[in-house]
Amino acid sequence: MKLHGIKVPHKKNTADSKPVRMTVPKTVTIPMSMHIGKPAKPIVKKGDIVKVGQLIGEPDGFVSSAIHSSVSGKVAKIDEMTSSMGMKVQCITIESDGEQSLYEGIKAPEVTDFESLKTAVKASGVVGLGGAGFPTFVKLSIKDLEKVEAVVINAAECEPYITSDTRTMLDNSDYIFKGIDALRKYMKVSRFIIGIENNKKQAIEKLKELADKTDDVEIHVLPSIYPQGGEKVLVFNTMKRVIPKGGLPLDVGAIVINVTTLSFVGKYLEDGIPLIEKCITVDGSAIKDPKNMIAPIGTSIADLVEAAGGYKCEPRKILYGGPMMGIAVPSDAEPVLKNTNAIIAMDEKEATPKKTTACIGCGACMSHCPFRLDPREIARAYKLDRGEELEKLCVDLCMECGCCSFVCPANRPLVQTNKLAKIKLRAYQTKKKAEAEKEGK
Amino acid sequence: MAKLISNVSPHFSGKRTTQNIMLDVIIALIPAAIASVVIFGLRALLVTGVCVATCMAAEFLFEKLCKRDNTVFDLSAIVTGMLLAFNLPVSIPIWQAVIGSIAAIVVVKQLFGGIGQNFANPAITARIIMLVAFAGSMSNWTSPVKWGKTVYETDVITGATPLAAAAKGQTDSMPSYLTLFLGNHAGCLGETCAAAIILGGIYLLARGVISWHTPVAFIATVALMSFICGKDVLYQLLSGGLLLGAVFMATDYATTPSTKWGKIIFGVGCGLITILIRFWGNLPEGVSYSILLMNLLTPYISRLTRQKPLTGGVKV
Repeated sequence: MKLHGIKVPHKKNTADSKPVRMTVPKTVTIPMSMHIGKPAKPIVKKGDIVKVGQLIGEPDGFVSSAIHSSVSGKVAKIDEMTSSMGMKVQCITIESDGEQSLYEGIKAPEVTDFESLKTAVKASGVVGLGGAGFPTFVKLSIKDLEKVEAVVINAAECEPYITSDTRTMLDNSDYIFKGIDALRKYMKVSRFIIGIENNKKQAIEKLKELADKTDDVEIHVLPSIYPQGGEKVLVFNTMKRVIPKGGLPLDVGAIVINVTTLSFVGKYLEDGIPLIEKCITVDGSAIKDPKNMIAPIGTSIADLVEAAGGYKCEPRKILYGGPMMGIAVPSDAEPVLKNTNAIIAMDEKEATPKKTTACIGCGACMSHCPFRLDPREIARAYKLDRGEELEKLCVDLCMECGCCSFVCPANRPLVQTNKLAKIKLRAYQTKKKAEAEKEGK
Repeated sequence: MAKLISNVSPHFSGKRTTQNIMLDVIIALIPAAIASVVIFGLRALLVTGVCVATCMAAEFLFEKLCKRDNTVFDLSAIVTGMLLAFNLPVSIPIWQAVIGSIAAIVVVKQLFGGIGQNFANPAITARIIMLVAFAGSMSNWTSPVKWGKTVYETDVITGATPLAAAAKGQTDSMPSYLTLFLGNHAGCLGETCAAAIILGGIYLLARGVISWHTPVAFIATVALMSFICGKDVLYQLLSGGLLLGAVFMATDYATTPSTKWGKIIFGVGCGLITILIRFWGNLPEGVSYSILLMNLLTPYISRLTRQKPLTGGVKV
């Protein structure tokens, strides 16, 4: 069996661009929610002097994440802003003093066993850097380590344009293997699979060289078929196992971790500097000089693009992430987040969506869906308000990869319909559950 | 900075559009169009032109009337016009061709909601409407023109179609395989030249516009059943509207199933009905009826052959 997918233009223009560290911006705005889960609680107040790497937001609850200052300077304000996801979130704005002096408390964590590894990962503030932003320590909070058969390292980087993971593999490959060493030692895992698309020849070579020195790291070269980097797709293509609907990779004995996340963990164990900066691909048709940049978290997109050489023309759409799954931001004042791996600025032509026309029933959406869903039927059931049918059609399986919308000759917004249908399905299921409970009483 | 465009991902789209799919179908129909002119003379071009022009005009005017979006530029009306013309005899009176085209676009396509919403193939259904309404002129078959003499000669020589000849047992007026393959015999405009249709079919397959499932299932069923019934297999495959129907009409997106198995069931069903009509029915030809009948079953076939979502839970 093979999973369906699509061929997207790669546009990996910046694969050879070694990341440039940008000069520290005057101010950074750090939201307390850059991860999946509960926002962090600010522990500084206006006027406080903070240093690089100092904790400014502590995790609130289990699924949450620590947040650190990315610059040294003074806390200018703490206020609520609307995030690009449309939610109100507290943000800490820090005026930089330009010194970038490191916080005194920073030192390499002491890791002796799995527990202390988890504590260290939690303290580092790392979240899934491939884009999902799921707190990594939560992923590592496994009760039964025996269940873990393999760690799948996601180095597919299947989105067009983005090359920040490629750069990690080329520039920080030692840290990736240090991360692997830590997991091997403390998690007692003895199989590591690095899944990488075949369009990254240099990175494959480099990783192979390093993997040859070990006997439990496999480099799994995958065809460049989008969405190769989707968690379920990757686990299927590397381990030939299907993660059940609503389940986790662990259900089939796998842990999936992004290559940059792992590399960060490897580096953190060595120097103890928390997640305060990111390598970001700055590209797109509105960017003058596409390149990879290292930016402090909280830098505004405007400052980042300015540092990268500016816009070529007026941008009409700016994305967090790649063009297939990226989020369009309302303005370039939005900050760079922990899980931002690219900023794509598009010109008028690239940004304007094609006109939507009537569905001609070609079935391309269905025959390209990796999970074999039927977006046409989903759209119909959604329109007719049929929760039961949406449940049968398994719309909750949809990962919003965008293959269906991409191939649609009528340019129908199928991902959007799927998203709305998922909300409708959840409402239906909640209602059904409530009714069942009522009857039970 | 001007307000940024904000929409749900993806922010890229593929190269395929409804318009370029239809353009591919038109390109695939061109060999058959050329063949029709070579075989039946310039009047073939006139009939095709009238059908195409009427279909486009009907689409445009009806959409104006209903205040719908104008879809003339998606080229689907041209495809319908060409396919309808290819299903008519060259001697068809122009006014009848006009009425047929209007029926195809207005009655079969637009009244059900326009492109993608029709449940039956417009060209096929219009042809059947015309068969019933204009029985005489729809079965007035013309032998191929003799080029070099008088192309515009109006007094036509009527000839039996190969299938009609076979049905009546007139073995002496049955053309050879080569004649059938090249299409140099009486019949509808676009259906006679097997070579041109196969060429078009290969183009559509290569461009990914159609998949092989329906045509292969359709043609294979006819071949197998002809063999079982002791008929001349190759003769059955090359004559009548089988190839035109299997390649161009049974592969219409809106009116046929879109899953692999759905397409195969559809093709087999078409093949069986065609054989039933050809061998045991009152009519010499049954391709149009078979496709129309299977169009009606499409929603049920689709439901039966739904693709199973990858819910997992078991090792593969």
